[in-house]
Amino acid sequence: MNLIVIALLTLGIIGAVSAIILYFVAKKFHVYEDPRIDEVEAALPAANCGGCGFPGCRGFANACVKADTLDGLFCPVGGNDTMQKVAGILGKTAVTAVPTVAVVRCGGTCDHRPRMNEYDGVKHCFIAHNLYSGETGCSWGCLGLGDCEVSCEFDAIKVNPVTKLPEVDEDKCTSCGACVKACPKLLIELRKKGPKSRRIYVSCRNEDKGHIAKKSCDVSCISCSKCEKVCPHEAITITNNLAFIHDDKCKLCRKCVEVCPTNAIVELNFPPRKVKEESMTPKEEQLVG
Amino acid sequence: MKTFRIGGIHPKENKFSAGKQIQVAELPKQVVIPLSHYIGTPSEAVVKKGDVVKVGQLIGKANGFISANVHSSVSGKVNKIDVQLDATGYKRPAVYIDVEGDEWLETIDRSTEIKRECNLSKEEIVRKIQDAGIVGLGGATFPTHVKLSPPPGKKANILIINAVECESYLTCDHQLMLEKGEEILVGTTILMKALEVNRAVIGIESNKKDAIVHLQQLAKNFKGIEVEALKVRYPQGGEKQLIDAVVRRQVPSGRIPIEVGAVVQNVGTTYAVYEAVQKNKPMIERVMTITGKTAPNPGNYLVRLGTYLSSVVDQAGGVPEGTGKIVGGGPMMGRSLMNLNVPMAKGSSGVVFIKEEESIRKPVKNCIRCAKCVTVCPMGLEPFLLMNQSERNMWAEMEDNRTMDCIECGSCSYTCPSNRPLLDYIRFGKTTVGGIIRNRTAKK
Amino acid sequence: MDKLIISPAPHIHGGDSVSKNMTGVIIALVPALLVGLYFFGLGALVVTLTAVASCIFFEYLIQKFMLKGSSTVMDGSAALTGLLLALNLPSNIPVWMVVIGSLVAIGIGKMSFGGLGNNPFNPALIGRVFLLISFPVEMTTWPRPVPFSAAYLDAETAPTTLAMIKGHFGEIPSTLDLFIGNMGGSLGEISAVAILIGLVYLLVKKIITWHIPVSILATVFIFTGILNLVNPELYASPVVHLFSGGLMLGAVFMATDYVTSPMNPRGMLVYGIGIGIITVVIRTFGAYPEGVSFAILIMNAFTPLINTYIKPKRFGERVKI
Ligand code: SF4
Ligand code: SF4
Ligand code: SF4
Ligand code: SF4
Repeated sequence: MNLIVIALLTLGIIGAVSAIILYFVAKKFHVYEDPRIDEVEAALPAANCGGCGFPGCRGFANACVKADTLDGLFCPVGGNDTMQKVAGILGKTAVTAVPTVAVVRCGGTCDHRPRMNEYDGVKHCFIAHNLYSGETGCSWGCLGLGDCEVSCEFDAIKVNPVTKLPEVDEDKCTSCGACVKACPKLLIELRKKGPKSRRIYVSCRNEDKGHIAKKSCDVSCISCSKCEKVCPHEAITITNNLAFIHDDKCKLCRKCVEVCPTNAIVELNFPPRKVKEESMTPKEEQLVG
Repeated sequence: MKTFRIGGIHPKENKFSAGKQIQVAELPKQVVIPLSHYIGTPSEAVVKKGDVVKVGQLIGKANGFISANVHSSVSGKVNKIDVQLDATGYKRPAVYIDVEGDEWLETIDRSTEIKRECNLSKEEIVRKIQDAGIVGLGGATFPTHVKLSPPPGKKANILIINAVECESYLTCDHQLMLEKGEEILVGTTILMKALEVNRAVIGIESNKKDAIVHLQQLAKNFKGIEVEALKVRYPQGGEKQLIDAVVRRQVPSGRIPIEVGAVVQNVGTTYAVYEAVQKNKPMIERVMTITGKTAPNPGNYLVRLGTYLSSVVDQAGGVPEGTGKIVGGGPMMGRSLMNLNVPMAKGSSGVVFIKEEESIRKPVKNCIRCAKCVTVCPMGLEPFLLMNQSERNMWAEMEDNRTMDCIECGSCSYTCPSNRPLLDYIRFGKTTVGGIIRNRTAKK
Repeated sequence: MDKLIISPAPHIHGGDSVSKNMTGVIIALVPALLVGLYFFGLGALVVTLTAVASCIFFEYLIQKFMLKGSSTVMDGSAALTGLLLALNLPSNIPVWMVVIGSLVAIGIGKMSFGGLGNNPFNPALIGRVFLLISFPVEMTTWPRPVPFSAAYLDAETAPTTLAMIKGHFGEIPSTLDLFIGNMGGSLGEISAVAILIGLVYLLVKKIITWHIPVSILATVFIFTGILNLVNPELYASPVVHLFSGGLMLGAVFMATDYVTSPMNPRGMLVYGIGIGIITVVIRTFGAYPEGVSFAILIMNAFTPLINTYIKPKRFGERVKI
């Protein structure tokens, strides 16, 4: 009996002392946190992908609460809806951003770009890129080893085993930018999603002179500047032997797609165009035929 | 017999071209002389299209301190200055020269007579070496004059000549020692003078008995030069390993050899120094080994810089049937070539043909934690751990585990019974961690 | 070959492989197995064959139907686990127990963690300790060694040397008998000389390094030597400790298991010393007469810790300028 009482007492005292110590420690080290951080965090998609440029959603919530305005703060995953909610909580105004999506600027599938050697190292784009230019003659193009696929938290980009090129699933892509950072060849770009997901872009990063580029890949940009001339909106510029379409100027008229001799310009989600026999380039004839 | 104290392996030597006389390769029709080097800034071209050049004429001027002069290796007309795909498949600037005759600059002494006396001052020697565009011929192609100019406050007290040639297959240094032994010793005295040291050790692995005996005999006439036979062990040719083997000093992590008072030079470089200082001959040719288990005619060739490897290989009997991989350099640290249309550069020590069945890597299995990679790592690292961390992008942990110390010798990948691509991942980690460190120091 | 192969250096491989190492260990176990067969005859044969066959079988099944990876049976590690398990069992144990032991060793000890390379504990020891705890009687009655005996379950039994020391009864066999293996005990642990031959083979073939076995044996020798000096009446001589029980087998074959031992020489020494001390403590002060298996399992649990805190000797660590 006595023993039990002593045991109970001892334990009780230890408990009480610890509780007091804990209480003071908690008091002393208490950090005041704005309760709105929790609220904002709850409104965020909890993907913790880092697409906003902060470590995790909480970091972003913290930044939103601290900042005077929400300029430059944007959660690509949640998009405008989420930002509206956050703005509501904080009583600030959110900037609306145009939705973007990842595009891979390489069209060098296996039949356009013959393989010249066989890579037998680790299946890792960065490692292969550090070693040499790649299996094909084009030292700019996709290596097809899937660093982008691994980096994507949303399962939105996958290397197609047949073409050995990654393909983006528009519905899943949150435009977080992880793949952009992962690609050692700098092929991936976040572009305006465009009305009805319609986009036009130059699917090539080859900065070699035209004849060299053409030799290594059929669908490379050979910087012939036809697209630059035909574009009525001055949306296309050519730098370092490579055409680039600025998505803020492009009005999606599709004139450039028609003139490109190598089919390096890609149009996505457009309805099929009315075929006018005489305006077809020989290349297109082949394709249609 | 001495050797380095941590790790190491002993791959099968396969020195098929040992004892083969150095043959002078035919003059090619065109040479493409690269202006860039593996290390440092590319040189600036000082000739233009249509210029007529002679052998030994300067065509590329060093650009900055860690850069080297480039000289024409042939006489003829500059065809163009353009880019050229190097062994990695990326484009590098190069000078194309169409060969016409073989006319050398008059200043170059082409006689074979050995010139032993050298009365130049230390500064004059270094300048001559710098003008001649001499770089380390062991593979890293670090400019030699930089190594001969220690940073202020540091002083060398020993010169080590790296003649171990620990890579299997290669024999170019071995043959050079047999044929040009005395020149090498004169070169060593010149380097000693430039460094103001009175002791030099030539480290040779004991599988080159004839070279050891030959040099030992010759060294009797030279003051302060010793020839040290070392146990055969890879990677003894690594600078830090060689210093440890010869003088039992370990270069601290992240430092350079001069910190322990040692300077290492390759034998090939030493010979080039002799030629530059005593004969005014710039770096325009080198000895390279063409070999392989199936090579029809393994041998050592004296080749002008900028010659396409394909032309040298053709003289050695061409690419054998069933070759799966062609390695430029030794099989442990060389790079696999995409084709032979690459010009020979200052660091090209050989071409090795690897049979198809030996070129494909075997399937990777789980790490069985056998610790063999740890045992063989000459830097005392834990390759299995570094690979795991690299796979998981744990850069801070990799840095703590000294990934930057890795000398990329490949012993770990060579040994792993599970065929794990350890070095591939470690190299990836090194690149990334290196970038992080650079960013950090730049910010400070 | 129309396309050349490109890969990062190194371009050659030493030719070592998992199966080569496993086969090497199996070959090193042959002398111990032969001695077991000689002294325990039929029983030893039955137990060994059952253990090896059932380990391979279970690994195949689990790999095929549960893990669904490529088959790992051919690498020899399952056969090795089976063999080690058998060598740690008395030769008169019923077959069904051997099968259960194998199932536990492979199923729980190895495959539940993801197969070779991921298991924290030595699978054969997991199997053995499971049997020891579940069937203490069968696991601790050892047959008397009779050359070329044909007896199996009905074999005449004999106590082990360690049990004699612990219980202070019987006459401890002569050092020569201990050395050769003419004493009661598990199938493969009796003959020190056979195991030492195996050790030499392992060292020559560079399958293991000397650190673990030597540190264990030395620790046991020194520790029991001190105890023996303090009180020779109570504590047996170090030589008897070295050559009796599962110490030799454990130090040479069980503790050196790649997967569960530390990965650098310094760590290996710490690990070996730990095993040595725990073994002696269990043997002399604990309830069980034999403690090698427990000691190894306990140190297995410390291996990750040792790997984290004890690093190999780095190049250029000692800065002497
Ligand atoms: S595809 Fe790229 S941008 Fe889109 S979600 Fe995946 S990683 Fe982010
Ligand atoms: S797009 Fe870039 S990261 Fe993706 S597979 Fe191609 S090279 Fe690799
Ligand atoms: S490549 Fe690096 S990690 Fe591997 S053995 Fe050599 S120094 Fe060690
Ligand atoms: S050599 Fe291979 S299997 Fe052995 S520990 Fe290193 S990585 Fe693992």
